[in-house]
Amino acid sequence: MATASNKKTKQETINGAEILTEALVQQGVDLVFAYPGGASMPLHQALRKYRDQIRTILPRHEQGGGFAAQGIARATGEVGVCFATSGPGATNLVTALADAKLDSIPIVAITGQVPQHVIGTDAFQETPMVEISRSITKHHYMITDINDVARIVKEAFFVAKTGRPGPVLIDFPKDVQIAQLDKKPDYDPDMNLPGYHPEQRQVAREQIAQIVAAVKRSKRPVLYVGGGCVLSDSSEELLKFAELTKIPVTTTAMGIGAFPGTHPQSLDMLGMHGTVYANNAINEADLLIALGVRFDDRVTGKLDEFAKHGKIIHVDIDHSEIHKNKEAHLPVVADVKHVLESINEMITPDDVPDIKDWLKQISEWKKKHPLSYKDTGDEIIQQYAIDELYRQTVKQDPYVAVGVGQHQMWSAQFFKFQKPRHWFSSSGLGTMGFGLPTAMGVQAALPDALVIDIEGDGSFQMNIQELATLFCENLPVKVLLLNNQHLGMVVQWEDRFMSGKRAHTYLGPVDHPEALGDGDGSMPAESYPDFTKIAQGYGLEAAQVRKKSEYPKAIKKMLASKKPYVLDVICSYQEHVLPMIPSGGTYRDIITE
Amino acid sequence: MKHILSALVMNQPGVLSHISGMLGSRAFNIESLAVGATDNPEFSRMTFVVNGDARVLDQVRKQLEKIVTVVRVLDFQGKDFVERDLMLIKISTEGGKRSEIHGLVDIFRGSIVDVSPDHVMVEIAGKENKIDAFVDIIRPFGILEMVRTGRIAMLRDHVLMADLSSPQESIEEAHTKKTVRKKTTA
Repeated sequence: MATASNKKTKQETINGAEILTEALVQQGVDLVFAYPGGASMPLHQALRKYRDQIRTILPRHEQGGGFAAQGIARATGEVGVCFATSGPGATNLVTALADAKLDSIPIVAITGQVPQHVIGTDAFQETPMVEISRSITKHHYMITDINDVARIVKEAFFVAKTGRPGPVLIDFPKDVQIAQLDKKPDYDPDMNLPGYHPEQRQVAREQIAQIVAAVKRSKRPVLYVGGGCVLSDSSEELLKFAELTKIPVTTTAMGIGAFPGTHPQSLDMLGMHGTVYANNAINEADLLIALGVRFDDRVTGKLDEFAKHGKIIHVDIDHSEIHKNKEAHLPVVADVKHVLESINEMITPDDVPDIKDWLKQISEWKKKHPLSYKDTGDEIIQQYAIDELYRQTVKQDPYVAVGVGQHQMWSAQFFKFQKPRHWFSSSGLGTMGFGLPTAMGVQAALPDALVIDIEGDGSFQMNIQELATLFCENLPVKVLLLNNQHLGMVVQWEDRFMSGKRAHTYLGPVDHPEALGDGDGSMPAESYPDFTKIAQGYGLEAAQVRKKSEYPKAIKKMLASKKPYVLDVICSYQEHVLPMIPSGGTYRDIITE
Repeated sequence: MKHILSALVMNQPGVLSHISGMLGSRAFNIESLAVGATDNPEFSRMTFVVNGDARVLDQVRKQLEKIVTVVRVLDFQGKDFVERDLMLIKISTEGGKRSEIHGLVDIFRGSIVDVSPDHVMVEIAGKENKIDAFVDIIRPFGILEMVRTGRIAMLRDHVLMADLSSPQESIEEAHTKKTVRKKTTA
């Protein structure tokens, strides 16, 4: 560690926190979310100093900062950055890190740590953050030497965004933050990552030829497309391949937007709440082309029965995904984009299979089992609310974040996305409270875009404090709050599998008959809490709407506002997300009414 | 089925904890895990004995390789390799059985590394079944205490190197070490 030498005439020195901040600038970072505390104050002093280069936004909870960093990353493809102090600040980031790991989102989280001489003594606000984050990050560092700061930042960004992206944690003890270096740091040092080799593997021509041959032979092919297509920016290549071959495309929750949602070849989402036609197609397929997916249980249901009639081509950049859940007949470890490019180069009109009968079958399924919802008079149901929002905003190319639960699945079903990186959902971890802070990050990264957060009243309250950030930082996110006074998805499971017995799924006062499911089912005269008042208290514009006849106008008014806005939409709680394949079931178990 | 995996890992704090945490959280059944230094102070070498079918082994290997501080992983399945366990065992010599024990130790090519009035400490190295056999045969004398290392293993004809670009799979220089019999004495 360097100490200032005053032998010579005044020497320029720089401290560890400033080196880290400069290193972020060198990585192209111009926006971070950071919540200060005792062990991270030098970092905040450095961020203050660098405020012309980096906009630092103060979230109201570290978890909000973590998801906001995800918002930046999910919307732009660049690494999102968040800061927290040691101890509780750092542990508050844990959920956002785990979420980023499961959805492969590149973020770098920087946590203050107590000075090294007290590490291990149960010091005030000390937690072993590296230990805690091992299994929920792609990689993690503790900086123990000021000479390592620039290298570690460079490595962290490299690891976060290359290969299969993921979160990286840098734990930064306070004594290294304030240590002084009396020479100019090298911001582009050699990396020391002998065990990390994300370099693109060349896809063997032979493998591409095998894929093309399999496509040519197929009679009932399906493309099963996931987050890997979004992360690798391969939508264009996917569209080209799909349109050439006419192969229908179904996406996972992470893959939404990778293929245009209104395209005639789109089968929409598959899996537990996927469409009948997507799940039928998967089951009957003789060739499943799985691109950037991981055969998650919410997609496959019973693994043995999933796509059991077809050959499986599985392309993924992460070789541990190959054969993990489902044996692939033709495994390809590579970037989806490169594979699609190679296929598009090789494939000729001769290789295009004749699948007319298959497409006819699929369009019959589509006609017979379309995504739909019933007309409920003047009552607002969530599906309608989302559908109407979609109709009113589709031309503005909106960015939509969601919480977790029924409203998330309905948004996945009824909001059609034409482009990737416009739909933000905590799909792997399923974190309630994801929507608002993620939308906040997206809005900060894309100030001119229309950013919408579709929420349930359960999810919304898990990070509601970020309304303050929206107001104070002029982030005009539009919150569509689908308020049914219940934890709707759990209620749905109670209705389907537990004879409707309510167990802590009612969000109003506990002495209300609805708490045990003994109410009359009508929408409450007064909802709890008063979200418009809360939003107004934070300085936002807000309104409540209960009648379908008034809903389109209410949406219009929200969209016309230049400010952050909460529209509290009172919905019924009796609606179920359909179709539904019960956990561990097969396409045959699908519930459609 | 048992398999041996050998890994070069970066010699840093927390690597072992990371690996054992990953193995535990993914419910992989590890029979033994031995860690030690290598000739290069930057790397340590780990040897795993894994229980499971080919699919489990494949996942263990891939998940290990995904850890950034794990540099190289090699599966010894179907390869020609030398494997050793080392055991220290304290055996009672009550009833004047010392010379009888000594004879057995010689047969198993072990050595007596410590002698006390009522017991001896024996060091014995070899393959697992040899050590198991020694334990069985010595049990009637009275085992006071024993300790075993995990398995260590090395391929006969290949060198596991950190640098991916070097043709480590075909290097033939290590072939001289045909027998690795230790002649340690106390």
